[in-house]
Amino acid sequence: MARTLFEKIWDNHVVCSGPEGSSILYIDLHLVHEVTSPQAFEGLRIAGRRVRRPESTFATMDHNVPTTHETRSFITDVLALSQVEALRKNCREFGIELFDLDSPNQGIVHVIGPELGLTQPGRTIVCGDSHTSTHGAFGALAFGIGTSEVEHVLATQCLVQKKPKTMSVSFSGIPAAGVTSKDMILALIARIGIDGATGHVIEYLGDAVRALSMEARMTICNMSIEAGARAGMIAPDEITFAYLRGRRFAPQGNAWEKAESYWRSLSTDSGARFDTTVEIDAAALAPFVTWGTNPGMATPVNGKIPDPDGASSDSERNACLRALEYMALKPGTRIEDIPVDRVFIGSCTNARLEDIRAAARVIKGYRISRQVQGLVVPGSQNVKHAAEREGLDRIFVEAGFEWRESGCSMCLAMNPDKLNPGERCASTSNRNFEGRQGAGGRTHLVSPAMAAAAAVAGHFVDVRNWQYK
Amino acid sequence: MQSFNSHTGLVVPFERENVDTDQIIPKQFLKRIERTGYGEFLFYDWRFQSDGKPNRSFILNAPEYAGATVLVAGRNFGCGSSREHAVWALRDYGFRALIAPSFADIFTTNSAKNGLLLVTLSPAQIRDLMTRAQRGAFELTVNLESCTVSSADGFSAQFAIDPFTRTSLLLGQDEIGMTLQHEAEISEYEKSHC
Repeated sequence: MARTLFEKIWDNHVVCSGPEGSSILYIDLHLVHEVTSPQAFEGLRIAGRRVRRPESTFATMDHNVPTTHETRSFITDVLALSQVEALRKNCREFGIELFDLDSPNQGIVHVIGPELGLTQPGRTIVCGDSHTSTHGAFGALAFGIGTSEVEHVLATQCLVQKKPKTMSVSFSGIPAAGVTSKDMILALIARIGIDGATGHVIEYLGDAVRALSMEARMTICNMSIEAGARAGMIAPDEITFAYLRGRRFAPQGNAWEKAESYWRSLSTDSGARFDTTVEIDAAALAPFVTWGTNPGMATPVNGKIPDPDGASSDSERNACLRALEYMALKPGTRIEDIPVDRVFIGSCTNARLEDIRAAARVIKGYRISRQVQGLVVPGSQNVKHAAEREGLDRIFVEAGFEWRESGCSMCLAMNPDKLNPGERCASTSNRNFEGRQGAGGRTHLVSPAMAAAAAVAGHFVDVRNWQYK
Repeated sequence: MQSFNSHTGLVVPFERENVDTDQIIPKQFLKRIERTGYGEFLFYDWRFQSDGKPNRSFILNAPEYAGATVLVAGRNFGCGSSREHAVWALRDYGFRALIAPSFADIFTTNSAKNGLLLVTLSPAQIRDLMTRAQRGAFELTVNLESCTVSSADGFSAQFAIDPFTRTSLLLGQDEIGMTLQHEAEISEYEKSHC
């Protein structure tokens, strides 16, 4: 029977059927970070259990770590420090490889997994973080879990799961220059809503997806969760194999040949059925900017702040009014007339080398606006050093940006990087929830190029018309 | 895990859709390494003013809803971050059951692991419950054995729930222990696949 990519990976990982219609699913790779794991390790200790496969488990610290060179090795926040130290102790005690703050491989967990070649097609990958969907860009089944499930995977290398539904999202055509995969995923979420894919695993298809680099594919899969999806996936192809070849944990020699031939079978069969299908013309898309307090509240950059009175229901109208009040925006305001105070280029959505390059290309030869404070936080130490080898750090610093050490930084403000109340930020991250980047802060989600252009102009501008120097 | 059989408690109407876990428990409270003690930080940025005093207009601060254990909310409750701390905070505050038209996926799983029952009802039923709860002093009985929600003033509804989640909640069972009973199958799988 014709199967989807998701169904092939699912079928290949069912250990046995579980209780009452569930399945016991084998997990190939478990990524661990400091915030959602301490209670899981404690649970193991209390029950006298061990980590079943330490060799399939990798840890790093990213969420709560400071990002300036000086503060990194000396964390003054005692609670953050206790989580970092708990992770060190747990990794030592249970035999798990840790990419600690002084490791050349430290970084945001969803940036380093692919970078090290841990993320591979056909694998099941979990992490106690909702943006684990990122890894689906390689044709893996990757999803976020809570701490109880982290403990479950540590102890059993399995999860009890109910099979999700499937959704195909097909992007046809080729987007205009300046329109990125960030704009494609924001357009999808604006179309189907932030619960439009709840209960589903999305597979992204179409010419516009095939043409994307691995970095750009990761951005799309990363934000699948913002549409409510369990996971997002893209079938592996030559671009995937070229990215993976030679990476530290990628198969080598004969093992590579064998793996690649299996990976080539990982695509949706013709005739396979999805529970839901969505089609989007990528060629017609403009760069997107969010205006509200969830990622579905987004509009093309040449659009305007919507009028709540145009909402289709009372609840939608109330949500819109509430969002506009929080964001201090008036209906009918042109997006390009909205000034910004801060610009954040970083996060597991957009802090890979290609993202940094795209922002640097816009910035080159310019200075950022006097009223704007700009922050660039590479996704990993490897990204940081690669960017520095290309001289990108100098472009940012000369333009007036701060250039930082790797971490989650201002995406969730669990560390010293945060917005002050009332500040408005153009951010390359993934969530514009109330207070996400700091209590009272106002977030507009955009692509790296759009964020860079806003930093220079002091307000949002359409990067399709940018004068590159 | 605490089991869930039947619970009767005061209902608070929470008229918001898409309540994300960042609102349920803001990130500054995720730095603890324990599972307990999150209740005082539940909905922190909505519940308290910037000076730390209670926000009088927030519904959980209204005296008539003090001690509420059942929360009725709009669709897509619990979206966003996977933080289980959100469920720990709701439980620690005293909630035993949440009722909404829909819930986010990861939040649903996290709730099932912590004895928090999520009941999905139709938007019309939710509107009905909101209206009743807004009058105050409205109690509901949520019975997982019979999969029913009912009140003394005549509200009555049947709900559907994933059978495995239902059994887990009824028994309060150790799921890890259950999976470990499949040790032979897991080892066999590893031999042939890893």
